[in-house]
Amino acid sequence: MKDQFVVPARLKTTSFVLMGIGLLTLLIGIFAFHGEHGSTRFWAGLLQNSSFFALIILASTFFIGATTLAHGGWQIGFRRVPEAISMALPVLGGILFIVVMLIVFGGKEHIYHWVNAEHVKHDPILTWKSAFLNKGTFTGFMIVTISLWIFFTIKLRNMSIQEDGWDLTAATGRRIIWRNTVWCGAFIVIYALSVASTTPWLLLMSIDAHWYSTMYSWYTFASTWVSGIALIILFVAYLKRNGYLPMVNEEHLHDLGKFAFAFSIFWTYLWFSQYMLIWYANMPEETVYFKPRVWGEWRPIFFLNLIINFITPLLYLMKRDTKRNYSSMVFISIVILAGHWMDFWQMVGPGTYEHLVFPWYEAGLAVGFVGLIIFLVSNQLTKAPLVPKNHPYLKESIVHHT
Amino acid sequence: MAVKNFVVASFSDEAVLFPAVKKVRTAGYKIHDVYTPFPIHGLDHALGLRETSLHTAGFIYGITGTTTALSCMSWVFNSDWPMNIGGKPHFPLPAFIPITFELTVLFSAVGMVLTFCYLCQLAPFVKKHIFHPRQTDDLFVMAIEVTAKTNTEELKSFLASIGGQQINEQRAEAGWWYGRFDQDDRLFEAKRVEAVNA
Repeated sequence: MKDQFVVPARLKTTSFVLMGIGLLTLLIGIFAFHGEHGSTRFWAGLLQNSSFFALIILASTFFIGATTLAHGGWQIGFRRVPEAISMALPVLGGILFIVVMLIVFGGKEHIYHWVNAEHVKHDPILTWKSAFLNKGTFTGFMIVTISLWIFFTIKLRNMSIQEDGWDLTAATGRRIIWRNTVWCGAFIVIYALSVASTTPWLLLMSIDAHWYSTMYSWYTFASTWVSGIALIILFVAYLKRNGYLPMVNEEHLHDLGKFAFAFSIFWTYLWFSQYMLIWYANMPEETVYFKPRVWGEWRPIFFLNLIINFITPLLYLMKRDTKRNYSSMVFISIVILAGHWMDFWQMVGPGTYEHLVFPWYEAGLAVGFVGLIIFLVSNQLTKAPLVPKNHPYLKESIVHHT
Repeated sequence: MAVKNFVVASFSDEAVLFPAVKKVRTAGYKIHDVYTPFPIHGLDHALGLRETSLHTAGFIYGITGTTTALSCMSWVFNSDWPMNIGGKPHFPLPAFIPITFELTVLFSAVGMVLTFCYLCQLAPFVKKHIFHPRQTDDLFVMAIEVTAKTNTEELKSFLASIGGQQINEQRAEAGWWYGRFDQDDRLFEAKRVEAVNA
């Protein structure tokens, strides 16, 4: 039984090549996009990618939290995978923090209009919002939320590794369940107050600072959550293909597939709830968000978004066989990840550089982030056995049957 | 539907039932059905039943609901009684989506429940033979059909050797028939059930 992951040389090379492509794109971006207006796309691309990838990494912590609180047993067999993915958060969260700080304090007013104090003075709406939407609050929220995410991620991971060293008795079993439940409960509260509310307001919604939508945070959360599940599926399938995770079989894959299916529909539900209310009320201060997206240059992306993120997973994952096949799940996971990356692109693009362009720069950065995630996660996977052998629900996971 | 002979055995729990099902199938006997007090994961595989087509039926019902909703609403608002509502177009797709969604769910849910009842042969005013009164309580009951090749005595001793209890022979209608469980059958006297050797 292969229990200890060893990073294959090929995977390491791949991750370095991908990271190299990302860095190269970044360098080209510095020269291609400069000047006051020109640099907008440079920063918008960084903001889009760093927030998307940090949040899908964080979705793994949320996966651990949610399944633990629900007393799920089925995920224990591969629980170390989301744990390892979530441990990329310190780096990804750090990158996100640096990027937004450079945007805010570098005065990139074409990304966030509200960072220009002179502009805010002459803008009644922004003046009204400035009690919340200002540099101090933004920085404070970012520091507090990102450090809390990292703290809880590391805490959950350390607890899980520490439990491997315990003797398995009824008392330690109860203790494992109890303390995991408590810490996960605390994390879910933090997560709900950040990712499901404030974080998307500050990171992405404040690009269109005049506009607001109460669905926006949930919609962003759903996007990152379903992508996070797709990422977990990719790593599980990779490990399985290389002969690891002997206890994981198509039953577990089937359940992950159900998650991807259900939350693709959930994303559509939230997307539609936001769209329909604005469409129905037809108030200018609200429709301004959808004008460039539905009736402007971004129209094809708007519909492509729905096709990739709703129609495709809906029809593809509806059948039982596709959810129980590793190749088909890898395919749809890549589609979902690409689709929601595109969703973030159309959240950021129209409000910043406005014109629909071929996203070579954004995609290049995304490739770099993918390489970074592969590098960090594969490193983390080697640091602990792939099966948490003392977890009381391990047997439930082994005999799991959907 | 036909009246058939069955050999019926009861099992105390699923740990005995599973190996018994396997052994009975290996021995070549034809299992009519297994009745359990609660759903048991994997029993359908052990019995060699084919995958259900219920979800395909559900998909078709859902598509029917989608089509019904969209075509009805677009007919009403475009050709039957066009109205100007808030300056919206006559085919306001976003406004139709909630109702389309509801009808899709309604059609697939109701359709699947009815199909499920049909597949399980459950309906009001329909009766089925109950092989053992405790099959819905705490016993796992296996009914084996007696075919022309079956040696009944051999089968009974075989069932006893693999953990079967209260083994008996019954002659009963295999399918369902009109009737009520609180009343005796009147119309279909021929299908009245009698225990041969209870």
